[in-house]
Amino acid sequence: MIGSPRSWREKPQRYRYEAGKCSGCSKIFFPPRLVCDACGSKTFETQVLAQTGVVETFTIIEVAPSGFTDEAPYAVGIIKLDDGVKVTAQIADCKPEELKLGDKVRLEFRKVTEDGASGILHYGYKFVLA
Amino acid sequence: MRDVAVIGVGMNKWGELWNDSHRTIWTDAALKAIEDAGVDRVDSMYVGCMSGGLFVGQEHLGAMLADQLGMGPIPGTRVESACASGGLAFRLAYMEVASGMSDIVLASGVEKMTDVDGAAATYALSTAADQEYECFHGITFPGLYAMMARVHMSRYGTTQKQLAEVAAKNHANGSLNPNAQFPMKVTAEQVMNSPAVADPLRLLDCSPITDGAAAAILVPLDKVKEFTKNTPVRIAASAHATDTMALHDRGDIAAIESTARAAEKAYAQAGIGPKDLSFCEVHDCFTISEIMAIEALGLVEKGQGGAAAESGLTALSGKMPVNPSGGLKSKGHPVGATGVAQVYEIVNQLRGNSDKRQIKDAHWALAQNMGGTGASSLVHIFERLS
Ligand SMILES: [Zn+2]
Repeated sequence: MIGSPRSWREKPQRYRYEAGKCSGCSKIFFPPRLVCDACGSKTFETQVLAQTGVVETFTIIEVAPSGFTDEAPYAVGIIKLDDGVKVTAQIADCKPEELKLGDKVRLEFRKVTEDGASGILHYGYKFVLA
Repeated sequence: MRDVAVIGVGMNKWGELWNDSHRTIWTDAALKAIEDAGVDRVDSMYVGCMSGGLFVGQEHLGAMLADQLGMGPIPGTRVESACASGGLAFRLAYMEVASGMSDIVLASGVEKMTDVDGAAATYALSTAADQEYECFHGITFPGLYAMMARVHMSRYGTTQKQLAEVAAKNHANGSLNPNAQFPMKVTAEQVMNSPAVADPLRLLDCSPITDGAAAAILVPLDKVKEFTKNTPVRIAASAHATDTMALHDRGDIAAIESTARAAEKAYAQAGIGPKDLSFCEVHDCFTISEIMAIEALGLVEKGQGGAAAESGLTALSGKMPVNPSGGLKSKGHPVGATGVAQVYEIVNQLRGNSDKRQIKDAHWALAQNMGGTGASSLVHIFERLS
């Protein structure tokens, strides 16, 4: 359902975790943006995301959307990375009921979903307990 | 800017309306508002609809619905701001009348959600979140609000029982509303024992999938007598604010900052504060949403939203009734129509037409409608005129 141009375009973020660091004020944007909301600068340099962080909040998805129904129940959280960037992603390979706020996690490259039996495989990041 | 009044409102009985189409549901509500106002023409119309495309495969709704209404050449504008589409349509109608551009403007909202199955409806709703960086990872709307709830519970001590009390209160109110989709009473225990959807939210913490529409007629206050014999309700304030699209980009995950910003502007425009309000209609798409909304509106201190339903403060008979209509929870949540249906409830309450759920001597009322996880919010304040 995501489509190949859209999947292709996001590879720098999903495969290489590339963020944009503002040249004016050093704020990091993930995914990269064209203008900084903090200082108005339009120049950025590429910076790779920190790959460890803490669980700021999470939920356990029992009723899953299309493409994820086979995996339910699974945990999704908002992770605050060590560079201050916050991302939403699954927290894999854990007992969801044992997760706690503040748990330390690290990023891993995983398959996130696929467009049916013969469609595109969508890779990206998930987190596991550190 | 001219002062603007609402002189007529219309809506239908909401639910799974298998026999009715997107266009007939909308036209029915629009005709009721026109009849209620007693006007013989409309100069311009706005339709709030989140996703005609994904729910019924129909866009171009401004023209289509102007045609259905038999008003052919008038300007028809479709407005989208996810679940706040109705509130935004109302605001644009207000602006068109306030500016002097038009005298009689129809504000409306509609959503026909049950022509598709549950998975397709879930997908359509999820487009109100960030598709690339939230939904891509398998998060759902209940999941996003569940993540807000978890922070609220951890930081303020809000309990599962307090969430459930919001649902119990709104169903009690909705049981008195003949237009409500789910007018049955539920207990806090039933809510807490319903199946988990996205921990900590249970099925009965969530608003339903609904077909429905609502409409209102707006005119300049100083011309009311030209158009109707009805007692007008004055629009004392209209405000709109946005916030980051993705929940993870917010400074505070357990607050609706766009509502707080819109409320601040609205109170300033109306010249009143939260303590002056007689009641509110707020966007309880989930039980935690009502808790965060009443905090953002300043009805209670930050962190005290959970206690409000439990203590009876926000009950119909409480000091600050919230969602006398039954809210999204009991009345239903046809996303594009919700913001306009809040106006329907407020106008009827201020006219004294709300029968068993009538709030006595109501003078000021507020409507809060939000899109997504609060990336957009609309706040309107209304005043009864005697
Ligand atoms: Zn900057």
